[in-house]
Amino acid sequence: MNRPPLQLRRAALALAGLTTLLAGCAAGPTKEDPLEPFNRQMYAVHQVVDGNIVKPIAEAYVNVTPELIRTGVSNFFGNLDDLFTGINNVLEGNGKQAGDDFGRVLLNSTFGMLGILDLGSMMGIPKDHKDFGITFGKWGVPAGPYLFVPLFGPTTVRDGTGTLVRLFIGPIGYIPDVPLRNSIYGVGYLDARSQALSGESVLDTAALDKYRFLRNAYLKNRQYQIYDGKPPPDEDEDAASAGNGVLAPPQ
Amino acid sequence: MPRTAASVLVLLLACASLAQAQDDPDALVKSVAEDTLSAIRADKELQTGNPAKVKQLIEAKLVPHFDTARMTALAMGRNWRAATPEQQKQLTEQFQSLLIRTYSNALTNYRDNKMIYKPLRMNPGDTDVIVRTEVTRPGQAAVQIDYSMEKTADGWKAYDVVVAGVSLVTNYRDEFNDVIKSSGVDGLIKALSDKNRDSAGK
Repeated sequence: MNRPPLQLRRAALALAGLTTLLAGCAAGPTKEDPLEPFNRQMYAVHQVVDGNIVKPIAEAYVNVTPELIRTGVSNFFGNLDDLFTGINNVLEGNGKQAGDDFGRVLLNSTFGMLGILDLGSMMGIPKDHKDFGITFGKWGVPAGPYLFVPLFGPTTVRDGTGTLVRLFIGPIGYIPDVPLRNSIYGVGYLDARSQALSGESVLDTAALDKYRFLRNAYLKNRQYQIYDGKPPPDEDEDAASAGNGVLAPPQ
Repeated sequence: MPRTAASVLVLLLACASLAQAQDDPDALVKSVAEDTLSAIRADKELQTGNPAKVKQLIEAKLVPHFDTARMTALAMGRNWRAATPEQQKQLTEQFQSLLIRTYSNALTNYRDNKMIYKPLRMNPGDTDVIVRTEVTRPGQAAVQIDYSMEKTADGWKAYDVVVAGVSLVTNYRDEFNDVIKSSGVDGLIKALSDKNRDSAGK
């Protein structure tokens, strides 16, 4: 049973090498976002394609589909998330939490009709979120350059690799019927996109520069998840100076 | 008779601890949040997101408990002291109205969520604490929302909100810094008021 983690660890090490390499050759605007000019172009592409095609479809889906059905769809994909959360909790050594996650998956997959009903939550088994990006981060893999991927959103080299690992081993990939498999992927994408609508609307009102606001929030949030809610303090000289001088009357 | 005396005593003690509780920052967060959420649940117009009404609600219930001047100063970082008092006043006004708009949007989008209030770790005499809460949404992992609060002459006031590790103030500090670098403090005031005007038009 020790083998998969070992292989993953090796992959993680290779990834660590790759991310440092990439970070090294791209000298750019900031430390976390060396590819900013390229990423901003990708963001612009995303705005056009998503704004004109995907977002209207997601909005229509929310408006047309009864909430009960949308919840069932979200729960179905949430059940798959729980499976991967459990796997990653095992890889991170959080046995107790993994037990909760697998308990949820078992319960929801059987009595919850393939995950459509989230009985686990009704019974008070808390839902957690873990992914391969978080696990790699805990193993010490640096995030690598920030990337904005059109139609997918913010990620980093490490987190994006995590997403690919999940897609590669995910259960849906094993469905032999190709049209069925693709439809499930399609509905899963629509579900994820429609869930992002409210957050996006808050971002629209909050941000002076949406690209920057989203990037900074994404990176902070990932850091927070990797450190289990206790990230090391920023080496941010501004925070200290603001703390001192804030209430002093201006000269 | 002794029984009556005893129950009066219990009642008095209960009242005293209640009064005490209202002075604690965690009790304040809880009562303000519950108050606001129940106001929204009771009002159809607030639920559909009538912007004027939501704004009114936030101004009445939430703004008094935020130290928006301090939030602006923190978001400005070292640039705060470079700004004139007049600029500071305008920045605070514009930033406050941006925050109100953002909060209105968040409230109408997330009104179905449940809040859990975590026990406060605080020593007697502390004047700066973090009140931790958790928002649960059906079918989703819980989101941590922490309020940084400071005791002022006017009671406890929040000066930062940290959502899932993302500090509102720090996120804006990066935005403000960049705008100030390229177009100065007046450029930032203009960017903020343009943003507010744009959102008002929608």
